[in-house]
Amino acid sequence: MRFAFTDEQAMIAETATDLFVGEATSERTRAAMADGSGRDVALWDSLSGTGFVGVHMPGDVGGSELGMVELAIIAEAAGRQVAAVPLIATQAALSALHADGRADLIERVLGGQVATLALAGGLAPHGTIADLFLIEQDGGLVVADRDAVDVVAGTTMDQTRPLAQVTLTWAPIATLSAKALDAAKHTGWIAVAADALGGAQACLDRTVEYVKERQQFGQTIGGFQAIKHRLADMMVEIEQARSAVYWAACAVDEGAEDAELALHSAKAFAADAYATCAGAMIQLHGGIGFTWEHDAHLFFKRAQADRTLFGSSAQHREAIAQIIGLGAIAA
Amino acid sequence: MKLGFTEAEEAFRVEAATWLTAALSGPFADVRGVTSLVEMPERRREWEKYLAASRWSCIGWPAQYGGRDATLAQQVIFAEEYARAGGPPRLNHLGIELIGPTILAYGSDEQKARFLPAIANGDHIWCQGYSEPGAGSDLGGVRTKAWREGGDWVIEGQKVWTSLAQFCDWIFVIARTDPESVGSKGLSFLLVPMDQDGVTVRNIVQMTGESEFNETFFDAARTDAANILGEPGQGWGVAMALLGFERGVSTLGQQMGFRNELDDLIEAARANGSAGDPVIRQKIAQAEIGLRLMRYGALRMLTASADGGSNPAAFTYKIQWANWRQSLGELAMEVLGQAGEISDAHGEYAFSRLPHLFLYSRADTIYGGTNEIQRNIIAERALGLPREARTRAK
Ligand SMILES: Cc1cc2nc3c(=O)[nH]c(=O)nc-3n(C[C@H](O)[C@H](O)[C@H](O)COP(=O)(O)OP(=O)(O)OC[C@H]3O[C@@H](n4cnc5c(N)ncnc54)[C@H](O)[C@@H]3O)c2cc1C
Repeated sequence: MRFAFTDEQAMIAETATDLFVGEATSERTRAAMADGSGRDVALWDSLSGTGFVGVHMPGDVGGSELGMVELAIIAEAAGRQVAAVPLIATQAALSALHADGRADLIERVLGGQVATLALAGGLAPHGTIADLFLIEQDGGLVVADRDAVDVVAGTTMDQTRPLAQVTLTWAPIATLSAKALDAAKHTGWIAVAADALGGAQACLDRTVEYVKERQQFGQTIGGFQAIKHRLADMMVEIEQARSAVYWAACAVDEGAEDAELALHSAKAFAADAYATCAGAMIQLHGGIGFTWEHDAHLFFKRAQADRTLFGSSAQHREAIAQIIGLGAIAA
Repeated sequence: MKLGFTEAEEAFRVEAATWLTAALSGPFADVRGVTSLVEMPERRREWEKYLAASRWSCIGWPAQYGGRDATLAQQVIFAEEYARAGGPPRLNHLGIELIGPTILAYGSDEQKARFLPAIANGDHIWCQGYSEPGAGSDLGGVRTKAWREGGDWVIEGQKVWTSLAQFCDWIFVIARTDPESVGSKGLSFLLVPMDQDGVTVRNIVQMTGESEFNETFFDAARTDAANILGEPGQGWGVAMALLGFERGVSTLGQQMGFRNELDDLIEAARANGSAGDPVIRQKIAQAEIGLRLMRYGALRMLTASADGGSNPAAFTYKIQWANWRQSLGELAMEVLGQAGEISDAHGEYAFSRLPHLFLYSRADTIYGGTNEIQRNIIAERALGLPREARTRAK
């Protein structure tokens, strides 16, 4: 038992942070939002190039042979910058393909293609630019190419992750097992939770920076206890979210008995914490926080999107209720 | 990053569990499952001795003072197995978890040799003399005085909210030894025997109807001049370092107690059908999540301190568990409904575990630094926000 990053993991965290801070700038993210794709192409190429997209894939298909902890580290760094990249669904799809040994399709994705994942009743993130579609069906997944699906997209509130309604209209190229569906969900939940953790931490850090500068009533507003206490409460939530994300990642990597519980906990807790922190960020910035120009709304909208992607917080809590033996919901 | 334990560590788990189960189903079956801090104090003192005799009392301490030099993983495992076996709250909690580690860090070799084995084997049960009528959150307001007279320190003043003073042999006291000083300066950290004419303990009944804490009066009380930790006038640093030990491995044992409380609540919800209510289910699931996250938060901070560093989770831990437990108490009453407000006890004010938790947990956000003080600490020390203005009349 050693619940801290190894030296190698700390290095990956540093590299990932540098990459996202350097490339996922507000200007570039906003450009990707404006063109409707939600993808910063150059950043996506960098992520493929560094092996971050396939961080959790085996070496023989071109992956980096690491695990969920490293995947979470990268997703956290992406979330911190609200990076506009189709990372989460692509990585979830890779896990599904890997679970069923589809090296051919994994190679396509690691070659730079975008994959998306539409769970039952859910929308497909980055569906409008995806090349490969994994769609939940009959307890497993079907895999389809672009020309075999109908993609309908309007405007998505979170423009860093445009959502699309995807319907299969032609023959799929593959069918994946229930085990593959589980693998996709597990990776997806960890990645969303880590994205939320990074986002929440950014909301706290940026707000702390702001309240140390902003002056009102002849002092910096960071000296007011109402503000200090709200920021402290944000940190209390974030530190729990951090425990949740890395607990879930370790539990999956180590095949722990409580992995399911950890995954649902991480997804529900981290996404809710993000929403709380992003809301507080707007409030503590005052009017400037309500503008389009300020980045606060990017975090606020992505927090909302993280809450609903791959199951809502309430659904994940209900799953926990079942696991801990609360029985069925009364009719 | 790794959460699992090695084979050798799992073997240690079996050894600890076997010993604990034998003890708590054999000679100490009567204290098994006790949860109250004040129940059966004499038997629990014997339990301390029994633990110490087999070196299970303070396993993280150096062997020469009664410990086993146990690794962090072993301490984690022992805390979990202790709670799983139904071990009662440690009567000497403050000795083992707070003053012991502080003596290890700040004491002279003589002090270590004199006090540590006696803590480990339950000969000296300790209590904490920080708070006073005029000094709660603001400990710098301490007025209790002490001065040297011959080979002794003489102590005058009053402490309050002294938990378990009625059972204790020793008390650690923050006293003002420089009469000209104000605030955190001029304080000393004294170790004082309770069994003397100069010390009087008066019970205070708390809102649960029980009486855990006390007023403690010092009227020309004495302690040997050697019984000071740190230099005269430098007591503040020692006092604050002691509070840092509150987030040690014992937190994991505490969490196992929380586990039992949540299990009781789940049991009650299943029994009265509220477990089928979608809203209650959401809240119970949230409580389950919160409890799990407490364990992993604790493992993060314990790993960091074993590495000689610190982790931000250490700043947020107190408020996290205090809020969690208070919410659990409220949820318990929501689950129990009106039935939770009456008890079978006749003639005494006593409730079963969950309604008791509802009442008791109001204290969790007060002692050990109130939630408001915790938020100040997080904001000022972890986030680097401006410090509050402090004013204090001399
Ligand atoms: C069950 C229990 C057991 C205890 N056991 C012990 C013990 O064994 N030994 C011991 O020494 N003490 C003990 N205490 C005392 C405990 O440490 C104090 O109660 C606590 O530190 C608060 O001090 P106070 O009660 O004087 O409240 P005050 O400090 O008067 O606080 C009153 C209210 O004001 C708030 N407040 C105070 N200062 C600020 C500020 N700067 N900003 C914002 N809000 C503020 C507080 O948060 C609180 O809500 C115990 C208390 C309880 C309830």
